[in-house]
Amino acid sequence: MADDLTRSTVTAQEQAARQGTEREKTFRAAPKLNKSPLHGLWALTNRDLIKWYKNPIQLIISLVQPVVWLGLFGKAFNIAALTTNISGVSAAEVDLASFGTSSYFSYLAAGMLAFIILFTAAFAGMSVVWDRRFGFMNKAMSTPVGRGSIVTAKVLQSVVRSLIQAAIVLVIAVVLGMDTAYFSVFSVVGTFVMLFLMTFGLSSLFVMLALRSSDWQTQMAIINLLNLPLLFASNAMLPVTIMPGWLKTVIRFNPVSYAVDGVRQMLLGTGSSAVSNACTLLKDTNCYTVLAPVWVDFAVLVAFAALLSALGIVLSWRLLSK
Amino acid sequence: MTRDGENVVDVENLSKVFGSLKAVDGVSFQIREGEIFGFLGPNGAGKTTTINMLTTLIRPSGGKAVINGYDIQKHATEVRRSVGVVPQEYTADEDLTGIQNILLCGDLYGIPRSDSGPHSRELLKLVGLEEAADRKVSTYSGGMRRRLELASGLINYPKLLFLDEPTLGLDVQTRTAVWDYIRMLKEEYHMTLFLTTHYLEEADSLCDRIAIIDHGHIIRVGSPSELKASIGGDVIVVGVQEAGPDISQEIAGLPLVKDVKKSDHEYRIKSEIGEESSIQIIDLIRSRGLHVTKISLTKPTLDEAYLEFTGRSIRDEESSKMDAFKQRVTMMRARR
Repeated sequence: MADDLTRSTVTAQEQAARQGTEREKTFRAAPKLNKSPLHGLWALTNRDLIKWYKNPIQLIISLVQPVVWLGLFGKAFNIAALTTNISGVSAAEVDLASFGTSSYFSYLAAGMLAFIILFTAAFAGMSVVWDRRFGFMNKAMSTPVGRGSIVTAKVLQSVVRSLIQAAIVLVIAVVLGMDTAYFSVFSVVGTFVMLFLMTFGLSSLFVMLALRSSDWQTQMAIINLLNLPLLFASNAMLPVTIMPGWLKTVIRFNPVSYAVDGVRQMLLGTGSSAVSNACTLLKDTNCYTVLAPVWVDFAVLVAFAALLSALGIVLSWRLLSK
Repeated sequence: MTRDGENVVDVENLSKVFGSLKAVDGVSFQIREGEIFGFLGPNGAGKTTTINMLTTLIRPSGGKAVINGYDIQKHATEVRRSVGVVPQEYTADEDLTGIQNILLCGDLYGIPRSDSGPHSRELLKLVGLEEAADRKVSTYSGGMRRRLELASGLINYPKLLFLDEPTLGLDVQTRTAVWDYIRMLKEEYHMTLFLTTHYLEEADSLCDRIAIIDHGHIIRVGSPSELKASIGGDVIVVGVQEAGPDISQEIAGLPLVKDVKKSDHEYRIKSEIGEESSIQIIDLIRSRGLHVTKISLTKPTLDEAYLEFTGRSIRDEESSKMDAFKQRVTMMRARR
């Protein structure tokens, strides 16, 4: 009896001791921390990406719009059909002179790459608003993670998303009949470098505009205010040559134009001599012309991305804390 | 870094001005190692603003605060590394699982996964969420979310944990459970806790010391019993059968008794410790040959103390649209 008691006491003590060590484990000395200024950057980026790919409906809906534009508008706008009855003029030459490529569809496909990137980047700011509203932003800010990392992660997740979506749109466009005559490893890689620069700059811009906002309606208004002008005051949908002079000037100040111009030159060969030959043949006064040489397109986009991302990081320090 | 009995938090004349509003107006207080310190006050009193300053979310307009030996303005990153924060809102990402959320927190502190991996499982076990660890947070109930927030706040082995309204909107059972976890952190892990609340019974049952705050000022600091005692102590009412000799003077002479009033068949006695005095009073009355017909002992509540100090009952004040929204969301989610 006494033995039993002793034994049970010992067992209880042992249990307590075991529990004690278990708990000590839970609260043992803190491990060595990663104190690099970029720690947590990937974790934050990945958080948003997980939310995105775990919810494929969002991806599908965001792809519907550019595909509908491509499939319906791109195919319907068959300008060559208007002129093929004129003798001595071939449809291919008309298209080449007007759009710098073999069809309006191919021309629009390159613009749609910019379209999907513009609309994905615009919503990068939206997730900042939600994070502010639901307190995640405060939680992140109470940890030692860099303020710049919080902002950069928002930009990066948007960059990754928009590039993946652009790749899907490009594949769909090729399936639907985009001209691939000028496609090469070099031109496709070059295209994505350009798109990367564009989405990096645009995502930084929209994240920056959302930093102080906790109101999603305001954010929606900002998106609509900026997106449509950025899209229509560019060469994404229609050739610049047919536009009035003042609009031509505006287009020169729109970074989206340079991305679209560069992508068209690389993917569709719009800067090639075939285009100017077609113009000469047709004596076309509204001949398709490139906006700038490819290297200028690149330079403008590099400057745009660098300026806006730097601005975003600087502002994140000032705007994220009150 | 902090030796036993040293102040973990040392706040001096801290203030925050938003436009023309003095949200926090020169508060000073200390928190000792290992205690639960509570900020009690109505909505809009400056509780959350104070926590936000101490956790380096917002910059103070004036004053100074040192936490775990680090100045909150000069060494913000060190302060962030050394404290845990459980905000008022549910900050966990609903689209991620419990374990993903807590690991994300660990990553933000720069804790290597080799440590935060097993540690996060242990913490989820500690708050009874090991079963739900791999479920999306959107399927959690309010109490589970609160416990997840608590576990997330512990991922960086903090010595000091900030809890902003830890039981806002929870039902009584869940609230009691959260209180148990908070007590366990203090008793078994010797953590120091700083919590804000506008629930009086929460402050009373949890806190070692309370600061009553209103309009950005600290009105009073003390233990719950000190605060209660400061408004006069326990009230003992003793009924006697027949109108015998008046023994008020003798009762007043007993230790701990502060005040005696006699009406017809009743003595109304104020005492510092009612339980001890009542026995002595009964003994005294009996020794004078009188019969005690009834006795009652009333303890002053923190409510009364609070009303005495703030002059009004706890009330809802106008808060900013944003804060009001956040609080509504928190309460809504808590009730799910």
